Amino acid sequence: MSADRPDLVIQGLGKRFGATVALDGVDLRLPGGSLVCFVGPSGCGKTTLLRVIAGLETPTTGHLRLGDRDLTRVPVHRRDVGMVFQSYALFPHLTVAENVAYGLRIRGVKRRERLARAQELLELVQLPDVADKRIAELSGGMRQRVAMARALALDPTLFLLDEPLSALDAKLREGMQVELRRLQRRVGITTIIVTHDQEEAMAMADLVVVMGDNRVQQVGPPLEIYRRPVNRFVAGFVGRNNFLPARMVAPDAVEVAGVRASVARDRPAPPVGTDVTVAARPEALRLRAQAPARPALRGTVAMVRDLGRAVETRVRVFDQELVVSGHGGFAEGDEVWVELPEAGLVALAA
Amino acid sequence: MSRWLRRALFALVVVYLLAPLVVVAGVSLNPRQVLFFPPEGVSLRWFGTAFTDPGWYRPAINSLLVATFAALIAVSIALPLSYVVWRYRVGYARVVMAMGLAPFALPPVITALGALALWIVLQSYGRPHTVVLSHGAFLTTLPLATLTVGLQNLNPQLVEAARTMGATGGTVFRTIVFPYVRPYLLAGFVFAFVLSLNEYIIAYMTVGFTFETLPVKIFASLRYGYSPVMAAISVLFFAVAVALFALVGRVGDLPRLLGADERA
Amino acid sequence: MSAPTAGPAISSPADARSGDGPWPHVLLAWPTVALTLLFLVPLGIIAALGFFRRIQAGFFEVAFVTDNYARALDAFHLERLAVSVVLALAATLVTLLLAVPFTFLLTRRPRARQVPYLVLVLASLSLSEVIVAFAWSLLLSRTSGVSNLLVALGLMERAASWSPGLPAVLLAYVFIALPLAILSLYPTFSRLDQELPEAAGTMGATPLAGFLTVVLPLVRRAVAATGALVFIFVLGAYVIPQTLGRPAQWTMPVHITDQAIMKNHLPLAASLAIVLLVVSSLVAIAIVALGQGRWPRLALPGRAR
Repeated sequence: MSADRPDLVIQGLGKRFGATVALDGVDLRLPGGSLVCFVGPSGCGKTTLLRVIAGLETPTTGHLRLGDRDLTRVPVHRRDVGMVFQSYALFPHLTVAENVAYGLRIRGVKRRERLARAQELLELVQLPDVADKRIAELSGGMRQRVAMARALALDPTLFLLDEPLSALDAKLREGMQVELRRLQRRVGITTIIVTHDQEEAMAMADLVVVMGDNRVQQVGPPLEIYRRPVNRFVAGFVGRNNFLPARMVAPDAVEVAGVRASVARDRPAPPVGTDVTVAARPEALRLRAQAPARPALRGTVAMVRDLGRAVETRVRVFDQELVVSGHGGFAEGDEVWVELPEAGLVALAA
Repeated sequence: MSRWLRRALFALVVVYLLAPLVVVAGVSLNPRQVLFFPPEGVSLRWFGTAFTDPGWYRPAINSLLVATFAALIAVSIALPLSYVVWRYRVGYARVVMAMGLAPFALPPVITALGALALWIVLQSYGRPHTVVLSHGAFLTTLPLATLTVGLQNLNPQLVEAARTMGATGGTVFRTIVFPYVRPYLLAGFVFAFVLSLNEYIIAYMTVGFTFETLPVKIFASLRYGYSPVMAAISVLFFAVAVALFALVGRVGDLPRLLGADERA
Repeated sequence: MSAPTAGPAISSPADARSGDGPWPHVLLAWPTVALTLLFLVPLGIIAALGFFRRIQAGFFEVAFVTDNYARALDAFHLERLAVSVVLALAATLVTLLLAVPFTFLLTRRPRARQVPYLVLVLASLSLSEVIVAFAWSLLLSRTSGVSNLLVALGLMERAASWSPGLPAVLLAYVFIALPLAILSLYPTFSRLDQELPEAAGTMGATPLAGFLTVVLPLVRRAVAATGALVFIFVLGAYVIPQTLGRPAQWTMPVHITDQAIMKNHLPLAASLAIVLLVVSSLVAIAIVALGQGRWPRLALPGRAR
């Protein structure tokens, strides 16, 4: 943590709206200068958490600290945050430049200076020519960038974005993900992005906070979340996963569908004899025409979809359907063997 | 605006709106025929008089009758008008719509004078139907406003879906539009009813001397004889209005009826 | 989520019409007849009536004389007109000063919490002007009014009567106008995107600064329209100035009614009414135009961090 890029520390944060619990005890430490994504299904509390950080809601319990400054009760207009709202919240009665310069105007910066700074920021987000336009004249992608420019105008300590890309179409969204990442790297500001799209989180974030059920389920770098989910919720929410019931038969092995397979040794294993759920990513499974040497499950191909970049094969094994992503090569009705991952299955609580 | 400032402003408005009511209610409780506040005692006799003295209950009934029919007329004008403007493209519909919204844009005394002049010319001056019709036209603006708001919220794709399934004009109205605008219709009716009940100047100018409505009677009493009955009746009328609007609020979504949008 | 987006391409079935047949005209028949007869015709009659001659025996006879308008525009009546307009403008201003912040704050509350206030506002709107005048005359009287409360609190020496008089008229005007203003502003304020003042807050604007620089510019048209509505309503009120006002406060409606009913001089009443109508329309248009113009730049003090 450096002085101008303090860590954001959240302790025991809870928020209730009347009888409804929106946040149930959140503890986080977000390193200064990192790009963090809060990701989770609708209603999991991620937007509420963002709003509490912004100061638009007061927490019912818990604390919020930025470096050594306690922000818990500080009103929004005295926090040092820049926020991009889901609907952008651009002021319709002001031009683009006036929107971007709004915060400076509140600060008392003179007109010429603040409009110059606004132009700087518009160039930063690659919109050099729109300063005098009205908001209504801009496309969705342009508005989004104006909203970002506006949020950054005051050089805030925190940059908060609430579903910034959800209103854009798919192609534009991909491009913006890259741009946002670049922008953040360049400016170096601590950034928190709320999104319901876990692929987006995986693509952009230094740190992913997976939320579900009004609490934090797991925090970590994207690859760790992907490869080592701590529970079924995270395993199922991030990326696609196959789940099978199994039983621990050894500290490093399970029996699944009558076959003995190894289990990844990256965490304390459940005791021998417990029922667990094992997870395997579609791309970690292999299809074989004959029974292979390694542990595999036998099944019938139920459906094949060629997606161009990969072939998705659905294989019926007993009463489950496994999804395998790879080169394909099989047709509906074929008998196949699904080879289990070499790195081992991930064992989760049942 | 800090929380205390907000509370203060709300309190000010509430007190301001309620203060006269409180005084009137207090006055209505005077046992003697005096208009003292705070009241000398507590007596409900004047509420009784309101129902037993024909000098009072006859105008009350007149008012209720006029209000009912006037509100019905207002609604009968507003419903087809708002529906046509919403559903069809007819040039002069907008003009008629403007005529429907305009009465509230006139200083009320002018509307009253106009009604007076009209009925003199038509040689019906003083007859009961004059105030019913004039109220009906004057108050059309209210159901017209509520119905327009309601129709604006109705997704036209619902009509299109019905038509793909074979529904024609009348059926569409009966099965799709009407059930949807019913709460707005009711709200408009209630607004028109309550306002007609309390309307003074038009009633005075058209039938003031022949067919007394309650506000006319109260006004006359103000000048020629004070009695707490006026206060008791005022309290009753206010209670009726509160009950009706609370009912509308219970049955429908009051904020939405008044123009708020869909989201909570 | 009300960024200035394009709404659904079709916002009403009327936007996608093809041949309609006779239906629209059938449906419009009754409204057209009723409104023409009960609204347009009376207006026309009043306009014509101003030129008729008043006769002692009956109401009037058809003629073309300008005496009525001459009298309607004499010094006395012009003064009355001026008083009426000034009083109405004053009442409008006070009403807006109360109603705008109140409605704004009300619409920020959750919907369910708004309902009791809305019911109170609606019920107040429905109070007869007669009852309002009666109540305020009591409230401001010497024997049973507010002054007694102030004496009890030690803020005044002796109870005083504030009715009839200017304060009484103004207070009562604001009382009847306030619910109307609140209901008129309500749709616009409740549709105001919550996130706009929030965004202003994230950029350092205090709630008040946010209200002045972001909210007000967006609602100024609705505020102006409400102002015009309130102005016209108050201007045309009869009972309040008559009951709560001294002759100095008797506005045009009082004189119009006086001429029409008490003095049986319909042509004069009509010409006074037309004069009132013209003036009130001009002022109302001016108020609405005020709402269209550019909002003056509000200079804000620098914000220290």
